[in-house]
Amino acid sequence: MKTAWRLAFAMIIALTLVACKTAPKAPEAAPPKETTPVVETQAAPDPHDYTDSRNFDNPESLLSKCVIYFEFDKSTVLPEYRGIVSAHAAYAAAHSSARVTLEGHADERGTREYNLGLGERRGNAVMGLMTAQGARADQVVVVSYGEERPTCRVSDEDCWSLNRRVEVVYTAR
Amino acid sequence: MYLHVRSILFLSTTVTDNVKKILIFCLTLMASGPVLAQLEIQIISGNPSALPIAIVPFQWEEAGPPPATPVDEIISGDLYRSGLFDPIDKSDMAERPVDEESIRFGTWRLLKVDYIVVGRVRTPADGSGHELVYQLFDVHTQDRLLSQVTVVGEGDLRFGAHRVADAIYEALTGVPGAFSTRIAYVTAAGLGPDQRYELVVADADGFGPQSVVGSPEPLLSPAWSPDGKKLAYVSFEKGNSAIYVQDVATGARELISGGAGINGAPSFSPDGKKMAMTLSRTGNPEIFVRDLATGQMSQLTNHWAIDTEPTWSPDGDTVYFTSDRGGKPQIYRVPPSGGTAERVTLEGDYNARASVAPDGRRIAVAYGRGNEYRIAVWDMETERFTIITPGVLDESPSFAPNGSMVLYATREGNRGVLSAVSADGNVRQRLILSDGDVREPAWSPVIR
Repeated sequence: MKTAWRLAFAMIIALTLVACKTAPKAPEAAPPKETTPVVETQAAPDPHDYTDSRNFDNPESLLSKCVIYFEFDKSTVLPEYRGIVSAHAAYAAAHSSARVTLEGHADERGTREYNLGLGERRGNAVMGLMTAQGARADQVVVVSYGEERPTCRVSDEDCWSLNRRVEVVYTAR
Repeated sequence: MYLHVRSILFLSTTVTDNVKKILIFCLTLMASGPVLAQLEIQIISGNPSALPIAIVPFQWEEAGPPPATPVDEIISGDLYRSGLFDPIDKSDMAERPVDEESIRFGTWRLLKVDYIVVGRVRTPADGSGHELVYQLFDVHTQDRLLSQVTVVGEGDLRFGAHRVADAIYEALTGVPGAFSTRIAYVTAAGLGPDQRYELVVADADGFGPQSVVGSPEPLLSPAWSPDGKKLAYVSFEKGNSAIYVQDVATGARELISGGAGINGAPSFSPDGKKMAMTLSRTGNPEIFVRDLATGQMSQLTNHWAIDTEPTWSPDGDTVYFTSDRGGKPQIYRVPPSGGTAERVTLEGDYNARASVAPDGRRIAVAYGRGNEYRIAVWDMETERFTIITPGVLDESPSFAPNGSMVLYATREGNRGVLSAVSADGNVRQRLILSDGDVREPAWSPVIR
């Protein structure tokens, strides 16, 4: 029962996170000033079309979700996160120039070097699902940070559940 | 100040006095100018059977002014922190003898001390450095147990005092002291983009911290070379983990491994010629051994599990490592030439990051049970665990080079601190930095 609550909590956090982060780019030159304003007339994207890059910023779409959470000392992608992984796999499959870094993380319990291994194992689990669904292996890189980059720094289960994660980071879309 | 150290909780009155003294001591040190924050050492639980000893102030016979911290205080501090000695306060000393002729043993028996140390500091005949001339006596039998001259270079007076403490410790316990050693640790301060990591080296008493390397990205897993001159460590400065070896004195460093995947857990072989490490270039973490002269790599493990945290036995014939090949992390061992891995720890849910005692018969590990992680010592002959720390998030055990203490990382509130515990778990002290986290301690080998 407790586990169910924790998962629900993690889910809520996952669903409230907006727009996946992208790797920092070199600053672009300011665009030239336009004399006539351009009017956007495009319709809202279909949230289930994961090949549409506009869905990265569409909170209705799974493509806008980029964090996959895990159970303690486990690297199995839970059913509730498989949709997020599939969305990113579909995008990568449709955009051959897209490049993704899967950042694997662990909570603070246990030793740092073992947790590096655990973070990598989680990243590999996500990568395995993505490549099985059409992403090419050379589009995806796994980097493990172990317990070194927590998002939350309190020693309790709520916080730990947020730190056991894989973050999907696009280095090229 | 050193009287009455019992098995007491921190903040009870007797210890508070000590803490005040130590704080003042630290402030004095800070005023003399180290750049980095000093580790402050507090004894959390002491030993009821600590030996009462008098370290009489050494007579200063050099031409220059005496140092701000007299050598007797450094020696007393070392012996006190070992938990085995209870040095009496200077102000309780009615007499200040400097040699055997001037000791009136009856006076010291009245003060209830068992041992007395007297000495002098003078300039050696060649005119440079310091000579510490000292004797140790048994107050009851009046036997002279030690009579030595320790010579150190210019600027090494503190080191000389630690050497004297080492010799006294060995004369009275039979075990070489480890006071003239150093510790390495990682500090982390700031949050988010202001996060700053430093790999720091300090004397074993926390004095004189020096940054070896600093980075906005995580640093971890420092490991000493057997000569105590170099440190291997893991840095994320290039975005992924990479292993570097750096000369502590010159700062010169070398990239050892920085390929795709994990580059972690470096450990020098006892002869300093090889390094064991964890690489995941084959797809998952495996133990590799690199010949440091030729760069040649050999793979020690080949298993789908996480194999990591290799460390060598003192004779160099065995590599211990952590593996979850049995479902949960446990310690295994394998010869450095390769072969079948054999499980070592046979109890407990989670045993990781072994540190081998200098006798080669015990290993200290991070021992996890539920949400509690403590340091435990596994005796390989009796196949029994002794849990030596109270938890709850203790990790990174590192044996002192004489096997007497284990340095480890723990949490206090939401902050990382270092602690040191006697190998039997009876005496514990805490090393606190004024600001930020301290973690990943590594006790140096004996520096000759």
